[in-house]
Amino acid sequence: MNAHMSPAASPVLRLDELSVSYSVRGRAMPVLTKVSLEVGRGEAYGLVGESGSGKSTVALALQRVLPPSGRISGGRALIEGQDVTSLDRAALRRMRAKTVAMVFQDPGRALNPSLTIGRQMAEVFAILGSSAREAAERSEAMLARVRISSPARVMGAYPHQLSGGMQQRMVIAMALAKSPSLLILDEPTTGLDATIEAEVLDLVDDLRREFGASILFISHNLGAIAGLCDRVGVLYAGRLVEEGPARALFAEPRHSYTEGLLRCLPRAGMRKGVAPLDAIPGFPPAPGSIKQGCVFAPRCGLSDERCRTIDPPFAVVGEGRASRCHYPDRVADLPRATPAPALAVPARDDAAVPVLALEPLSKTYDTGGAKVHALRDVSLTLMPGETLGLVGESGSGKSTLAHALLGLLAPDPGSRILLDGKALPPEVRSRSADEIKAVQIVFQNPDSALNRSQSVRRLVGRAVKRLAGLSGAAREAQVRRLLDAVRLTERQLPARPRQLSGGMKQRVAVARAFAGSPRLVVCDEPTSALDVSVQSAILNLLAELQAERQVSYLLISHDLGVVRYLSDKIAVLYLGRLMEVGRATDVLDGPHHPYTEALLSAAPSVSGERGTRIRLEGQVPSGLNPPTGCVFHTRCPRRIGPICDTEEPPLAADDAGHAIRCHLPREQLGRALATAPVAEPA
Amino acid sequence: MPHALGRFLAKRLGLSLLTLWLLSVVVFLGTQVLPGDPARAILGPLADPRAVAALNEQLGADRPPVEIYLSWVGGLLTGDMGQSYAYRSPVAPFIEAALVNSLKLAGMVFLIVVPIGIGAGVLAALHAGRPVDRAISVAGLSLTVIPEFVSSIALILVFAVILRWLPLSATWPPGAGPLTQMQHLLLPALPLVIVLFGYIARMTRAGTVEALSADYTRTAILKGLPWRTVLSRHVLRNALLPTITVIAAQMGYALGGLVVVESLFRYQGIGSLVLGAARAKDFAMLQAGVLVIGGFFVVTTLAADLATAMLDPRLRTGGRR
Repeated sequence: MNAHMSPAASPVLRLDELSVSYSVRGRAMPVLTKVSLEVGRGEAYGLVGESGSGKSTVALALQRVLPPSGRISGGRALIEGQDVTSLDRAALRRMRAKTVAMVFQDPGRALNPSLTIGRQMAEVFAILGSSAREAAERSEAMLARVRISSPARVMGAYPHQLSGGMQQRMVIAMALAKSPSLLILDEPTTGLDATIEAEVLDLVDDLRREFGASILFISHNLGAIAGLCDRVGVLYAGRLVEEGPARALFAEPRHSYTEGLLRCLPRAGMRKGVAPLDAIPGFPPAPGSIKQGCVFAPRCGLSDERCRTIDPPFAVVGEGRASRCHYPDRVADLPRATPAPALAVPARDDAAVPVLALEPLSKTYDTGGAKVHALRDVSLTLMPGETLGLVGESGSGKSTLAHALLGLLAPDPGSRILLDGKALPPEVRSRSADEIKAVQIVFQNPDSALNRSQSVRRLVGRAVKRLAGLSGAAREAQVRRLLDAVRLTERQLPARPRQLSGGMKQRVAVARAFAGSPRLVVCDEPTSALDVSVQSAILNLLAELQAERQVSYLLISHDLGVVRYLSDKIAVLYLGRLMEVGRATDVLDGPHHPYTEALLSAAPSVSGERGTRIRLEGQVPSGLNPPTGCVFHTRCPRRIGPICDTEEPPLAADDAGHAIRCHLPREQLGRALATAPVAEPA
Repeated sequence: MPHALGRFLAKRLGLSLLTLWLLSVVVFLGTQVLPGDPARAILGPLADPRAVAALNEQLGADRPPVEIYLSWVGGLLTGDMGQSYAYRSPVAPFIEAALVNSLKLAGMVFLIVVPIGIGAGVLAALHAGRPVDRAISVAGLSLTVIPEFVSSIALILVFAVILRWLPLSATWPPGAGPLTQMQHLLLPALPLVIVLFGYIARMTRAGTVEALSADYTRTAILKGLPWRTVLSRHVLRNALLPTITVIAAQMGYALGGLVVVESLFRYQGIGSLVLGAARAKDFAMLQAGVLVIGGFFVVTTLAADLATAMLDPRLRTGGRR
């Protein structure tokens, strides 16, 4: 079916009605159903899908490394014309050694913790027949090609001694070392900082040209795919539902699932209060549960009798495009799943007392003689009902700040945290019950934040008891009100976390945080463990709760889309210093601090426009030995001269309170590049 | 951070010393203070009060407890373990001879159980969920719960009495060579092998299963490495780390667990020495014996920590921060 759109005569990868099933308690569950696609020579193909769509199974099946319960139940997978499904053990090993390479999510786990980088690299060459010395030499050369500045030193290092970005470069270097025809990347940037993600994507893009490898890029990150790939396939419930050139597909989807997914994204110009994000109703079906009709029909706003009875064919819908939808021309009319009443956003009252004021906050760790300034003189204010977005790479001090607010660590003497104008005792055990319930947190990973052995009723009920001091019938009533507020129903009361979806678990976590009517909720990467469609629902929920209850959020996120959507104010941290702070629009539109500018330019967008990315050289310096002068000068692309190395610039604010810590005059600072402001709908 | 390892070891060493000190206090309280009157405990309730007083003076038990403790610990630190009441001679040579014997027996145990336990564990992990795995797991578990005295008697009956393959006595004739010694030690070693086998096999299996499903193992497979290389270089290297710790820690346990076996086989080890001392109310011997067993336990635990630290580069070289 794909033959007409195959870009090259002999594709490097061809899936021919590939089906994979897992056996669960003796029953075969189809995870992939007749997936056909081709990746041409030198082409980058993006496979998009949410968790459970089967996208990672494609990668595992291709290399025959499915878990023991999985098996290829039909079809073929051809790599360089060879059918992988029928290779014997020796041929399979040859294929893995020479033809295909793979990069997984989480480089820290993909590297053997007890072998040096050099040894792990050299293995790749040794298996291709290099002598030990030759293998070592070629390994070092390879490291230089993935832009490692001191390869010899890195060769002798163990994985844990390298940063996440460096580790992922190692994995990419190992993958490319054999000059593979096909490079499979499975969520290669998930879990990495935005700047590192950008760096890794750039590297892959460069190396792709350099090595001429074809790429199969598997991700749930639509922006990353749009930036890197020529063509895209959208996978839903184990079926390829749409395929086409990346830019055209994202600009004008021809399947209602793709359309729905794109509407869930908090894109530039979208803000809470203006319009809620759209969501995809319902949940993905269990594998094999939909026996007839379109797999997406139960969740599709356009579905009719025909959709529910007849499985649509994968039909051509334009130049190089195909869609498994009966109504590919109507997807733009897909009704919104969430009604769009603009939330009443209360007018800002600058005279009000801030919910939170840091005047200032510092935290110094003493690590055996050396001092690490995790936070240094951070002064911030946050008004009732507003969100402060906290942005910065790992090690910038975001978590330290959150922990200090929660009283989990004592800030340095002289620090002051004011809650509603009153000084908050630094440590949680010296805070009153009211003060404790006023500051709550929603964690990144609801799986580890919720006790697995307790029911939802107990999880929320306990929080109600502890924080609101209610018991008996009053407690039960409050639990129900909270569940209602987070759009869960009584049905979920007896459920345990494992019986809930990721989004539902996060709703329970939100309900728990709201049990005592908090004034300030710290949201620490609240959606980064969730799929796009679930993320939009949680973001909407947070926005609604905020409008209803005038609660303030301190939002920590590496996803600029999320920060942009929820934040009224944005603060940028680097090595524990506040580099920039101001109203969200001011910070996003500029003028920017050079660091903010780089962060903004690193954010991928689904338009596929990668703009001019500002590359930051080197790694975040160690907090043990921070640079003198402006802490950012070692990586700053706009460094003006010796003054940057010796003198720390002041945090200079304009009339609107938009403060920037830079020696450059304001008019010379950069302005919005990656995130051109979109006119807000009237 | 090269001193990460040093700091780690210094901390463990400190904890070990603390453990030893606490042990000495407990032993002292148990043997000197709780009986109240050592001489009365030795001589019995019907003894003449004058004889009791005389013995107490001879034992030094009429001094304040703190003084007794200090002089005892002081003696230990200078190598003087005190005088045995039962043998009327210094304790140290007895302890030393018994310790050497016990170490020989323990060595024999580990010579047998380590390769078998690790081998079975790896085999089980490679066939996880299949009959081989289940057989090994069930065998390991059921063997672990058999008390040493039960398995000892069964083994004696089968191998020494019925089959007559192995000598009944663990004590070899004077001047016997290492091979003869090992032959005599085989039978007493087996009951402990049986107890430890399941433990080591289970630890190995768990570590190997985890390493087999680890991402780095998948990376190794996808490099196209031969299975044997994947297994030895990537899987086992990481899988056996926790097992090594367990084995080292079990050494200490084995020494304490020898009491039953040694007395059953009439073997002059530290276990039977302590048991005999307790029966004879030979407090000086008892104190020294218990402390030596405890000290050995602490040393093996420390060795286990050291082994882990040396084998795990994350501990050896320290983190980035």
